[in-house]
Amino acid sequence: MTFSVEVVVALKPVVNDPQGLVVRDGLHRLGFSGVRSVRVGKHLELEVEGDDEEAVRAQVEAMCEQLLRNTVIEDSRIASVRVLSDAAA
Amino acid sequence: MRFGIAVFPGTWSDRDCRHAVELAGHEAVMLWHKDRDLQGSDCVILPGGFAYGDYLRAGAVARFAPLMESVAAFANNGGLVWGICNGFQILCEAHLLPGALTRNSSLEFRCMPTWLRVETVDSAFTAGCARGDLLQVPVSHGEGRYVADEETLAMLEREERVAFRYVRRDGSSAGDESPNGSMHDIAGVVNARRNVLGMMPHPERACEQLLGSSDGMRLFESVATSVSGSGAMPVGAAL
Repeated sequence: MTFSVEVVVALKPVVNDPQGLVVRDGLHRLGFSGVRSVRVGKHLELEVEGDDEEAVRAQVEAMCEQLLRNTVIEDSRIASVRVLSDAAA
Repeated sequence: MRFGIAVFPGTWSDRDCRHAVELAGHEAVMLWHKDRDLQGSDCVILPGGFAYGDYLRAGAVARFAPLMESVAAFANNGGLVWGICNGFQILCEAHLLPGALTRNSSLEFRCMPTWLRVETVDSAFTAGCARGDLLQVPVSHGEGRYVADEETLAMLEREERVAFRYVRRDGSSAGDESPNGSMHDIAGVVNARRNVLGMMPHPERACEQLLGSSDGMRLFESVATSVSGSGAMPVGAAL
């Protein structure tokens, strides 16, 4: 089966995010005064072959640990997993 | 002595490093990222640039290069490895050095002279300096803000593994003159064994008065003196 997996990578809460601060200030200047905080991260879309969702999630978690995030400064989470194709790999 | 200089696609400071090495009277060999042979280098330099376009994160992809397998083995065997700018980012991504380099707090790419205070002379790279010496060496980066958790920072300070700190011209604390907002004003760190140095500033661009400073040359000379003065230094040279 083929799955589509969305991963979000973002700086850990304790790491200063100057990009997020600049975006927040820009929103304030546009009049969106209610914006308390902005954190800028990355969105990755993967197409992954696997037997089932559980196996695919485990694979993607391993990818996050080894490459997709820098474990020193970034957190990651799987935002969604959906089936793209039921055809056997 | 022989300096090996790594060349990744997107490396831009390799020839500047070769120029500095040759100016210091030493041999430079270029090490292609697809090769594994370190060609008998006594010290491997990972120069500045944007290896593999800095895709995903600076240094994240370069660490998978075949050459990096040899460099990691060389470093783990006690061989001298010197990461400059992008090379520092690669060493952090490869977990050969602690911490990470993130976007400058200014969000700007900064290309400017900086003043570094030598914080330890207990490494081949800085043995030719005195603690507290000031070196004028330029930076040229967009992602040089050194970050690490409090525990790691405390360990680096306790073990005197901060090699250089950004300071003002008069040697006082950098404060808001820091080029990137690094924690503890850290410009360079060494590993626990002190044979791997990562630094954001470019000593190869401060190797002759024509460039405004020759202070960077002291580091090249320090490495050469350390290697020639100790038969045991290039432990991993047989790789």
